Amino acid sequence: MIKNISNLGDAALYCDFGNEVNQKTNTEVIKYFENIKYLKIKGINNLTPSYNKLIISFDLNIINFKELKKKIEDINIPEKYIKKDHKIIKIPTCCDDEFALDIERLSSKLKLTKKEILEKYLNKEYFCYMTGFIAGMPFLGDIDKKIRLERLETPRVKVPKGAVGITEQFTNIYTFESPGGWNILGSTPIKIFDQKNEKQPILINPGDRVLFYEINKKEYIKLNEKE
Amino acid sequence: MKKNKILVLREGINSTFQDLGRNNFYHIGLPFSGAMDKRNYLIANKLVGNKRNEAVIEFAYQGPLLKIEDGNVNFAISGDIKFNIKKNGKLITGDCYKNYNLSKGDEVDIISTNNSVYGYFAVSGGFDIKNNFGSFSTHVRSNVGANNGNKIQKNEKFFIKDFKVKVASKSLKYMNSKIEYIRILKGTNFDYFFEQSIKEFTSKEFLVSKLSDRMGMRLEGPKIKNFKETNIRSEGLLKGVIQVPADGNPIIMLSDHGTIGGYPKIGVVISADYDRLVQTPPGKKIKFELIELKEAEKLYKLYQMETENLLSQI
Repeated sequence: MIKNISNLGDAALYCDFGNEVNQKTNTEVIKYFENIKYLKIKGINNLTPSYNKLIISFDLNIINFKELKKKIEDINIPEKYIKKDHKIIKIPTCCDDEFALDIERLSSKLKLTKKEILEKYLNKEYFCYMTGFIAGMPFLGDIDKKIRLERLETPRVKVPKGAVGITEQFTNIYTFESPGGWNILGSTPIKIFDQKNEKQPILINPGDRVLFYEINKKEYIKLNEKE
Repeated sequence: MKKNKILVLREGINSTFQDLGRNNFYHIGLPFSGAMDKRNYLIANKLVGNKRNEAVIEFAYQGPLLKIEDGNVNFAISGDIKFNIKKNGKLITGDCYKNYNLSKGDEVDIISTNNSVYGYFAVSGGFDIKNNFGSFSTHVRSNVGANNGNKIQKNEKFFIKDFKVKVASKSLKYMNSKIEYIRILKGTNFDYFFEQSIKEFTSKEFLVSKLSDRMGMRLEGPKIKNFKETNIRSEGLLKGVIQVPADGNPIIMLSDHGTIGGYPKIGVVISADYDRLVQTPPGKKIKFELIELKEAEKLYKLYQMETENLLSQI
């Protein structure tokens, strides 16, 4: 349920689902997101779901804050809400030292060997909370409590495309080269965002489940060529 | 056979195809993009008789040098721009807000923006380019939009769609208004900041830093101090949102911003002031004025009426 709706600027609703960041809260956010998208309410021009918030932006020429707030408050989310089939996606990941840029930092801070870290990280199903920041980037969780670590003190100016990183309870994939501060422990050759495929541009959608499995460098190169 | 064709002899600093922007893709990480200064964008299209959402070339600081390779081109430039035209070998100083007819061999040299950032180059008929996710707007960071999501490059050639060769002469008397205040609304984390900082934020001047582009505008001034939390749970962003990271220097999100961010939001620039905000070049100072939502809505109506009024004069 939406706990509170306020304005973010003069052309957006800021819907707060509570302070808790867990799958239950996030599933509520996704439910609203998918329903509002389906309802095609006139004037709405963007929806941004995140862990525990939903931002609804609108065209101020068509509707205003007060009118849209009323509409959103009156929405009845049915028990069987309209939803996509959520998939399980397996991501091949090479964790060789040349890709695992922060494995030493992780190893010394967490007091675990590289093998132990990867054992706790790989082959587990993670829930996709949201996508964004850069096109197609998935925010996944929750990772094992023993391998949680804060961001780098000084973020990298350039994290390479394909990098797989962790921070706090979350893990993600850098879909483009980008600045960033997550702890990098591998790289995937798989294309997560495809601008040529307008119907299905992103591989991982909110609500999907994702599993990382290890591949060697040879397989990495082979898959990279295919993409 | 299409024959109206231009050749890029110099690309300029940040020349991209833009239109009214891209709706409904925030949730996959694609921002709105589109022309930064919407009013000048609309005026440019109207001056060459185009529909409202025809793609134009947007440039920053220095524009491209273009040569007509074949056929005819009728163009107009909007903004506060210095440019020259070479027509039949003769050099003419160009005027903004006026359309010109060029033929094969002629050139347009967009030299610089005066005390502003963005300008627009529109052609009658529009460019023959491909759209992507429902818009021509280029988002370079994710390679989305016209020209395969890239900036315009030297030696590239672009076709122009057919248009009536006899386009009426059009012009507009218009002065780009200079900014005094940028009006803002309270952000969702307004109460994270010390009263003293809020006071300074809404009364002192802030310098627009060189680290500003289509993604964001970084400001320097009194440090805005936070007593609660310098990071929040990552959540959606919008253009105009003012975030304050731990270092206390505000960053305003602009049209190509990352769709999700985790810094507290102190304020949001009102829609009516966005065009003027983005035209403020690095080295200039801006001041913020805090207003209420009702007033922002009224100011937007006024802005919209002024824009329509200008367009109707063309």
